[in-house]
Amino acid sequence: MVVAVAAAAASSTWLTCALLPRQGWLHGIQEPTPGLQWTNKKRCCTRKAGLTITAKLELKPPPYPLNALEPHMSQETLEYHWGKHHRGYVDNLNKQIIGTELDEMPLEDIIITTYNKGDILPPFNNAAQIWNHDFFWESMKPGGGGKPFGELLQLIERDFGSFEKFVEEFRSAASTQFGSGWAWLAYKANRLDVGNAENPRPSDEDKKLVVVKSPNAVNPLVWDYSPLLTIDVWEHAYYLDFQIRRPDYISIFMEKLVSWEAVSSRLEIAKAQATEREEEEKRKQGEKEVGNSDNEAVKMYVDSKSDDSEAE
Amino acid sequence: MAIRPLLSRTLGLTQTLTHSHSHSHTLTQLRGLQTFSLPDLSYDYGALEPAISGEIMQLHHQKHHQAYITNYNKALEQLEDALAKGDSSSVVKLQSAIKFNGGGHINHSVFWKNLTPVSEGGGEPPHGSLGWAIDTNFGSMEALVQKISAEGAALQGSGWVWLGLDKVSKKLVVDTTANQDPLVTKGANLVPLLGIDVWEHAYYLQYKNVRPDYLKNIWKVINWKYASHVYEKECP
Repeated sequence: MVVAVAAAAASSTWLTCALLPRQGWLHGIQEPTPGLQWTNKKRCCTRKAGLTITAKLELKPPPYPLNALEPHMSQETLEYHWGKHHRGYVDNLNKQIIGTELDEMPLEDIIITTYNKGDILPPFNNAAQIWNHDFFWESMKPGGGGKPFGELLQLIERDFGSFEKFVEEFRSAASTQFGSGWAWLAYKANRLDVGNAENPRPSDEDKKLVVVKSPNAVNPLVWDYSPLLTIDVWEHAYYLDFQIRRPDYISIFMEKLVSWEAVSSRLEIAKAQATEREEEEKRKQGEKEVGNSDNEAVKMYVDSKSDDSEAE
Repeated sequence: MAIRPLLSRTLGLTQTLTHSHSHSHTLTQLRGLQTFSLPDLSYDYGALEPAISGEIMQLHHQKHHQAYITNYNKALEQLEDALAKGDSSSVVKLQSAIKFNGGGHINHSVFWKNLTPVSEGGGEPPHGSLGWAIDTNFGSMEALVQKISAEGAALQGSGWVWLGLDKVSKKLVVDTTANQDPLVTKGANLVPLLGIDVWEHAYYLQYKNVRPDYLKNIWKVINWKYASHVYEKECP
């Protein structure tokens, strides 16, 4: 949930919160309180910053002035894209959720709840688009582009063969998303590609980077991936600057706008969360096993008791 | 006045068959594979102003529609190849490109005929049997216009809003399709009388994010004569 922040100091803490992908569904089994872990983190952040949570979502500005991405993405585009489209999603979601149980929920919980496992409910489009656009502005920076570095580059080379091959795949996904939508680089933690299947022999290599595309408002949070980078390929994102030439827009995005720092820090968070989740699962597995042996002990006690009563 | 259609590609064979269908796209028949080319508009690009700008009309026709045709032809060629080889994987893989680009060609071919300058009767409500059918099905012309505009505005992402005729039940319907899906994907008996493109490329340069304004103004250049003509053909 976006809270109106005047102080710049609070915004960095807040930014970290906004970058946290949610966790919730484990192996396709629903947790009773899906947002719990993420919610705690979010409240933690806002308390530290000394802010109170308000029900009303606010439009968060990009982390740079609206003309800062010129000449690659025009100020006019930012004025409409952020000032009208993104703002519209915020205003419309507020109207939709006021007085409902979605009110007061963190944004990512609203997204997962209203995605409703694919049977999409009306607030989903607005909620997801708010999140997507926040994520998109933060995926870019003035003077962006170039190459990633460090562990991110290593993983890209491991999972795509080379940085160039990754770029090729990302460009292809962005170009072939028919109609409106998004292309993503995401971190996929330890999941088989089959529904609820549990990976019986998990290893670090199962955790990998993938390029995916999604239509309209859908984003990888609903598939339980951790998004790392996105490009908006709705026509409104590029039409004023590029008209039909989506491939040129994609090139400029990759060459001049991508913030690899943002992608790297998201990767770090995603990996930490994946590890934390694994440990949580191991703990739960352990508790379950202890619980089973307790049950057997009770059973034996009951049996011996009934033997006694028969004897009497 | 009209723009000459771009020449179809010739792949060697001589037989060129050009005729107007009810959809009035020009076909070229070569070695059994029909390829498609950009149909003419019957009005200048600027003739629909101020409802739709000449800049948009030109881009929309010469770039967007042309791209669908180019990619449709390419996909059909690849399909022909895959069919000849019995390459089922490729046949299946090509379906989405065919649906998308073929649908784009079908939809835009109808769209250009749905529009006409004010001087040619744009905006004039239908008389005759279609006008009567609209009153019967929707109560009034105003109610129909409001319904189409509302559904067009509410469409998430890219797509079309349609006034269609179910040629079996003879009922009029308002429906939407996503992306470039033609109306027939919503019902095999549906015939489009009127389609409005609500992809952002159809209005963005002029109306930006305010799709409802585009939908309000486009009625001034809607060609009800064409819609009536299609209706009367199916409901004589």
